[in-house]
Amino acid sequence: MGNKDGYIRQAWLVLVLAACFGAALAGVHVGLADRIEANKLGDTLEQVPALVSGAVEGRAETVGGRTVYRAVDRPGRCVGWVVPAGGQGFADRIELLIGLDAKAQTITGLYVLEQKETPGLGNRIEDAAWRRQFASKSTARVLAVTKAQTPGENEIQAVTGATVSSQSVTDIVNDAVARFRAELPAVSEH
Amino acid sequence: MADENGPTPLERFINGILPENPVYRQVLGICPALAVSNSMESAMTMAGAVAFVLLCSNVVVSAIRGLLKPHLRILVFTLTIATFVTIADRFLAAYMHPMSKKLGPYVPLIIVNCIIIARCEVCAARQSVFAAAADAVGQSLGFALALGAIATVRELLGFGTWFGWAVMPSSWPPWVVMILPPGAFITLGLLMGAVNWIGTAGQKESG
Repeated sequence: MGNKDGYIRQAWLVLVLAACFGAALAGVHVGLADRIEANKLGDTLEQVPALVSGAVEGRAETVGGRTVYRAVDRPGRCVGWVVPAGGQGFADRIELLIGLDAKAQTITGLYVLEQKETPGLGNRIEDAAWRRQFASKSTARVLAVTKAQTPGENEIQAVTGATVSSQSVTDIVNDAVARFRAELPAVSEH
Repeated sequence: MADENGPTPLERFINGILPENPVYRQVLGICPALAVSNSMESAMTMAGAVAFVLLCSNVVVSAIRGLLKPHLRILVFTLTIATFVTIADRFLAAYMHPMSKKLGPYVPLIIVNCIIIARCEVCAARQSVFAAAADAVGQSLGFALALGAIATVRELLGFGTWFGWAVMPSSWPPWVVMILPPGAFITLGLLMGAVNWIGTAGQKESG
């Protein structure tokens, strides 16, 4: 078998296949991307009533260059906001939905859209009991992560054995909330 | 019409179902067999995805088997498998979104499922497209059978349902352990023992 034959020449099949498969995947992506986006949007809108009490639907708006969702009740009054946020977790990107009240003074809920954290450890950020810690937290102060048994008023108790994942989620929440609160005064009432 | 070497397509097909069953005999693909077998729906979706990838990879690898260089063949197998798994994953995300979320990272993990790369190495790289396709279909059926057996036990005992339809009477207390990983290991172990026992009992009778 040729070994000094020129590595590139020997690998011609691999390169050709890589090009063909790449093209095929690009085609599949172009064909399916819209449906996948619509599915993800459906996930998000589905969560609005659970994240903001009294809300029946979410309406997309652009605030500060990002898409957020105004949570409205049946008559159409704004009862809160659902802010999508994301950031680096322990393993990979974490995507969240943060529920806020109408004036963004209290966090009303947290939902994990996507995560690839360690099963059994980091992925326990999806547990309803852990996420419930964020509800009723004031946004006046930045949230901190603690390992103590009884977390303070602006503290979140970390998942045991998954401090980095817990810290990542808290950081994402802090950043997103701070950004949104800065942009909120400029948003019109309706 | 004998192939270059090795079993005929029909033999490949039949072997895949039980004599060379990927889970019970070859002990491959154990990760999804344990992870997604707590309900029939997840198990059959996973079996369907594996079947698609296995068939496509076997056919493509068999078609180009004359061009493979020995020291680059694993790379070519993996490239092919990864492409089809990605297509299957995107298809699930588009058309079966709730199931896609339920299966989570286990669909991309099909890329490293040893069943597929083993079939490429053992069959597709050496035999005709027809034999490779027959092999893929047989092995996929075997895999579906294996997963279905485990999922039936786990879903019936753990949820009291089968394919989501209530089967057990409402007084049945669900065996929560069956839904969790320990139940998976217990079920797999017992079923594998049963298959082995049936296999040796058959051999003793015939000779």
